[in-house]
Amino acid sequence: MTLALYVPRASVIHRAPAGAKLCALAGLSVLVFAVPTLPVVVGALIGVVLVSLVAARLPAALLVRQARAVLWWLVALFVLHAMVTDLLTGALTVLRLLALVLAAAVVTATTRVTAMVAFVERVCSPLRFVGVRPARIGLVIAMALRFIPLISERADRIREAQAARGGSVRGLRGLTTTVVPLLVQVLQLAHTVSEALDARGADDVPMRRGGPRAA
Amino acid sequence: MRLRREAPAPEIDPARGIELRGVGHAYGERVVLADVDLRLTERRIGIVGANGSGKSTFARLLNGLVVPTTGTVLVDGLDTRTQVREVRRRVGFVFQDPDAQIVHPTVAEDAAYGLENQGVPAAERAERVAEVLERYGLAGHADHPAHLLSGGQKQLLAIAGVLVMRPARIVFDEPTTLLDLVNTRRVAQVIEELAQQVVVVTHDLDLLDGFDRVLVVDEGRVFEDGPPSLAVTAYRSLMVHR
Repeated sequence: MTLALYVPRASVIHRAPAGAKLCALAGLSVLVFAVPTLPVVVGALIGVVLVSLVAARLPAALLVRQARAVLWWLVALFVLHAMVTDLLTGALTVLRLLALVLAAAVVTATTRVTAMVAFVERVCSPLRFVGVRPARIGLVIAMALRFIPLISERADRIREAQAARGGSVRGLRGLTTTVVPLLVQVLQLAHTVSEALDARGADDVPMRRGGPRAA
Repeated sequence: MRLRREAPAPEIDPARGIELRGVGHAYGERVVLADVDLRLTERRIGIVGANGSGKSTFARLLNGLVVPTTGTVLVDGLDTRTQVREVRRRVGFVFQDPDAQIVHPTVAEDAAYGLENQGVPAAERAERVAEVLERYGLAGHADHPAHLLSGGQKQLLAIAGVLVMRPARIVFDEPTTLLDLVNTRRVAQVIEELAQQVVVVTHDLDLLDGFDRVLVVDEGRVFEDGPPSLAVTAYRSLMVHR
């Protein structure tokens, strides 16, 4: 499992500021929902694919992987619409979601996490006046991206250990026997991580960071 | 109106090394260290002891992660209780489990984390990160997700993330416990090549070859303190008779 999908390339999209890319993503979302017509939605989808393959020089496999990840959701949505509304609405809904999923993948693949986090920190900077440290919000986002795959791996290890001893890893019983040891491990990990943050100077974080981030 | 009292400017004296004066530590009722009086000035110092002997607490005292219940720990003359930020800038800490130390999703971002905290300008950060990743064979992984690295690479990244901050001293808490033989040798070589003072807590007695001084910690006290040959013999004897 990976949430860090940055694909290094020397492209104009990679060089574009994270804020601009996130704003474009937000703008595209508004557009395909505000103007739900087939030409607009199909145009948005084609545009996203072209930007991805030509301007950002991303591999087609990345788009295919992202589309495959949501394939069954899209199929289910289409079938539901076909039964409840009509085929055109179903197609619009599916294409709209696909365009947004792929656009989000393009933003993720062309933007370093630090750049995205720096943007979030800038957006949150007015919160300084009520005592919130934007750097802490950025750190929380970065740590979530870092630790979700790690915790997923640890859950897999617990399930394997239980399966190796003949335990059930399916159903409600499997869930409870996984969740409790996982929770214990996560709490232990959280304690050590908090020590590591202290050791690496987390308390030294200035209220405003100086200049753009390093690579 | 209350006047804010300024903390006195720290008087840093690197020649003093790390001093523990009457140090003890307890978690609630459980005493894990008692009456430790030491001065650590040697370049390479090892700490060995059985599980639960108090050696990890000892290590954590050295950069203020744990504050002594009794006594004082001074690093270059700085008190870990009152000048902890400055102490942590001077004493880096490498944890046993690198997964707990790596807090950013990608390799280069994590290596840069401590420098960001110190407010190092972006250009210098990028330069220092590139240099340290190159030194530890991680340059080709700079943009890779940290969790996809091998165990040895993760430990090297954890070390790189500390070294990039250029601390004067580094404490390692069982740095090779989770590693295979090849990576254990690699980390041992990294430690050997460091110019800084290093304090290594370990169960791996081979790691202590060539060290200047080894402490054996047992039941919260320093049981033996001397050159590796003497201390390791005392430690083996202690474990055999347990």
